[in-house]
Amino acid sequence: MYAQMVKSTGKGVILREEMSPEERAFQDRIDAGEKIEPKDWMPAGYRKTLIRQIGQHAHSEIVGQLPEGNWITRAPTLERKAILLAKVQDEAGHGLYLYCAAETLGISRDEMTEMLLDGRMKYSSIFNYPTLTWADMGAVGWLVDGAAIMNQVPLQRTSFGPYARAMIRICKEESFHQRQGFDIMMTMARGTDAQRAMAQDALNRFWYPSLMMFGPSDKDSVHSAQSMAWRIKMNTNDELRQKFVDQTVPQAEYLGLTVPDDSLSWNEDKGGYDFAEPDWDEFFEVISGNGPCNADRLAARTKAWDDGAWVREGLLAHAEKKRARERAAQ
Amino acid sequence: MADGPDQSPALLEFLLRMGDNTLILGHRVSEWCGKAPVLEEDIALANIALDLIGQTRMWLGLAAEVQGEILGEVQGDRKSADDLAFLRDAWQFRNVLLCEIPNGDFGQTLMRQFLFDAWHDCQLRQLAGSADDRVAAIAAKAAKEVTYHLDRSSGTVIGLGDGSPESHARMQTALDHLYPYVGELFLSDPVDDALSAAGIAPDPGALRPAYDATLTRVLGEATLVIPQASRARGGGRDGRMHTEHLGHLLTSMQWLQRAYPGATW
Repeated sequence: MYAQMVKSTGKGVILREEMSPEERAFQDRIDAGEKIEPKDWMPAGYRKTLIRQIGQHAHSEIVGQLPEGNWITRAPTLERKAILLAKVQDEAGHGLYLYCAAETLGISRDEMTEMLLDGRMKYSSIFNYPTLTWADMGAVGWLVDGAAIMNQVPLQRTSFGPYARAMIRICKEESFHQRQGFDIMMTMARGTDAQRAMAQDALNRFWYPSLMMFGPSDKDSVHSAQSMAWRIKMNTNDELRQKFVDQTVPQAEYLGLTVPDDSLSWNEDKGGYDFAEPDWDEFFEVISGNGPCNADRLAARTKAWDDGAWVREGLLAHAEKKRARERAAQ
Repeated sequence: MADGPDQSPALLEFLLRMGDNTLILGHRVSEWCGKAPVLEEDIALANIALDLIGQTRMWLGLAAEVQGEILGEVQGDRKSADDLAFLRDAWQFRNVLLCEIPNGDFGQTLMRQFLFDAWHDCQLRQLAGSADDRVAAIAAKAAKEVTYHLDRSSGTVIGLGDGSPESHARMQTALDHLYPYVGELFLSDPVDDALSAAGIAPDPGALRPAYDATLTRVLGEATLVIPQASRARGGGRDGRMHTEHLGHLLTSMQWLQRAYPGATW
């Protein structure tokens, strides 16, 4: 769930009678559950909104490597190190599928990277929080990947073919990620006093930022309504957040950890938990660049991009030389 | 194994050399995670690090077993691969110095990888026929991975060496910096003599012709000049004198195990 507050381009859902014949035919295909493929006609707004959404998702995978990459060199055992490496590698792979899916819409990976680095494109707010102890590797897998799965499972049925197919591959790996996170939490929760304290501290710090991952309530959002009509957003933010809380609270109980919310209680009538909203002022601060790690994350990505320029240019120069030699030999 | 002098202490030393090489180099490569020049390289480097850490688990796992046999430890008291990785100090490590040299730029990382892979590939092919079945089994598995590592690092060294003027200059600088550490891969001592006599491991010097042939071919295609051989910088594989870099690497790698002794992770 790495796309938050993606704005569609219009002012709201276009009424059927206002649609052009092409738009009407397009909407009919979506309503019939057909997949839209890159070469098919699509409204400009659909294309733009998808580029924003898939691009943001891809960037989140790439920036999301950093908080976990932060612990690869300090992983406590060889097995944990290998699992964490494999997980972070998967995330880079997810970024790759998603950039490829976005490229089918007529934008290049390099353009999207530049838009990330100059602030025109965003990534998920969650990756602007620091990973301070090893238990955070557990919390990130359990809560952050858990929240991501809530959103990504329905997106396997999204209307844009390349995006839906990328999500199918991603979801398979994400569930492994969540399990490994929960396994770290379980080991910590059953470990020494210090490990239990670390696990609780990680839950305390990651609980509300995880709830923020779904974005603020969008039941009145015109952008969300249009995205839902286009089937590039499948559920409201509140529905997904509720589902996440209902799934996660019993897991926390099983671990013997306390969710940092005094108001948390089971509501028999709605068949779900009542819970406290995160601090949305903090959320808006984080997405506007003022979170705990925004500057560090972007600086790390910018440095990787700038330091790598000579490598990209060198490999390109080699490829050109090779082609020239092949032409000369013909 | 055939009857003869007890090779266990030499075998232990040898296994530490193999496992420490892959542990320390795998650690170095993993430092790139999320920071490589292109996404495909990020994925490839993580993959190589992952293979090396996997090989470490096998080599150090066997080392722990052999150490237990030497010390006559009962099963429950035996050390694990993790104990060896996380609870030894710098002077007890047996990796060649090449593996602990810091990453530098991407060119230096890839050159280090190529110089190591070219040796690792020859070494593992020989070890796959080891008189010790356990060694042969690990080597056969690792050799498949390392063939790919060598293929990839050769390709990148060629691409960057025979690339732009800047990439060429950077690759030559990397080669000049790292080449003095190559010689250590081929030094031998009584440990090697004993294992080579028992058919467990090849004589290091015997691998040099094949290694030099790979270097000449790849670096030639990369339009890079192999520096004049200087005195080999050694001291890693016998633990006599590591670089100052190793201690810093261990400081981060071993932090949790040292800070919370006895915890299970």
